Amino acid sequence: MRSNTIAGTAIALAILVMPLKATAHEYTIGTIKIDHPWARVTPPAAPVAGGYITITNSGTEPDRLVSGSSSISQKFEIHESKVVDGVASMRPVVGGVEIAPGATVALKSGGAHIMFIKPAKRFVEGEKFPATLIFEKAGPVTVDFAIQGMGASAPPENHGGHGSMPQ
Amino acid sequence: MNAVKIFRVFAWSAVAIAGGVLIGFSGILPGAPQLPRSGTVSSSGVAAVGGSFELTTHKGQRFTDADVAGKPYLVFFGFTFCPDICPTTLSELTIMMSELGADADRFTPLLITVDPERDNQEMLAEYMSAFDSRIVGLRGTPEQTAAAARTFKAYYKKVPLDGGDYTMDHTAGVLLMGANGRYIGMMDMDEARETRIAKLRRLIEKNDPRYPREHPKMDPDGLPLPDTEVSR
Repeated sequence: MRSNTIAGTAIALAILVMPLKATAHEYTIGTIKIDHPWARVTPPAAPVAGGYITITNSGTEPDRLVSGSSSISQKFEIHESKVVDGVASMRPVVGGVEIAPGATVALKSGGAHIMFIKPAKRFVEGEKFPATLIFEKAGPVTVDFAIQGMGASAPPENHGGHGSMPQ
Repeated sequence: MNAVKIFRVFAWSAVAIAGGVLIGFSGILPGAPQLPRSGTVSSSGVAAVGGSFELTTHKGQRFTDADVAGKPYLVFFGFTFCPDICPTTLSELTIMMSELGADADRFTPLLITVDPERDNQEMLAEYMSAFDSRIVGLRGTPEQTAAAARTFKAYYKKVPLDGGDYTMDHTAGVLLMGANGRYIGMMDMDEARETRIAKLRRLIEKNDPRYPREHPKMDPDGLPLPDTEVSR
């Protein structure tokens, strides 16, 4: 029992610390910079997985993340989760996510995010997979999504108030 | 029967009918879920959160309120097509239960799927294997699911999407239920983990299963009411 508890705590700590340690990686296409694409580890048989990125537009015109694709899943969609008056809901984001000039938009846990629907395999911590993001103006860019611990959420500095999130 | 008496009977009947209508509507209005919050524990028994339910565990066993009688338990609603809140709630619970160690044996967390159509038992069994084995995944027939949601005053709704798919809206947050089967408060996964751990500790300490089922009466914070203080 005691050793189980210690082992459990070690695993929990690993889950906690991993996302902070995971190497940040970034991609640039035109005036669009994509920071640290990551996806959450999935339980077995999970029919969906969330993908998260931070996008910065250093240009003078707005751009939009309109769609994407990956061989990891049957479908790539952009959805937004919300909790309003204690009720959780999730809807596809129509028309994609706008990134205003100079803005940074975080697609994060609990907000707008990428949905990998019907993944071909379970998402395992430490692995990565490629996906192509398609921007209206900047065009397509292929990035690697790092798979991180199940308890992971966006780094704290990404929380709150950046740029324009679709509402 | 004189006129005054007739009037009295009529007036009291009207009050009773109006009261009945109010009670009847509370908690069943779609789009206006009666969300339990700390401090809404009712002493009159009207619209109380908690009560009977009958579902099947992810391991295929029948599971009812009798299985958690005399023991604190947690209830939350979710579904496996949810990429965010549902798996993170389960993994947070797993982390907290690991932190609590053997103390986590003193309460039972229940996940009730609001999507029994897609969350069949085999899938739920596989899904739950990623989390603390003390967490019980529950599913039911559509009728059993609806009845369980009514019991816990939870809201859920199937929302069709383009292309024939659908998603589920559902009550977020974890309900904390005392050993006496009564609603104590909510645990929100957005709260700091220390706050959530403190809530769980208070739940198990103030709801020791050795207490008789109905005593002591709990106030909304899960503390024994002064007039029913029971010494151990």
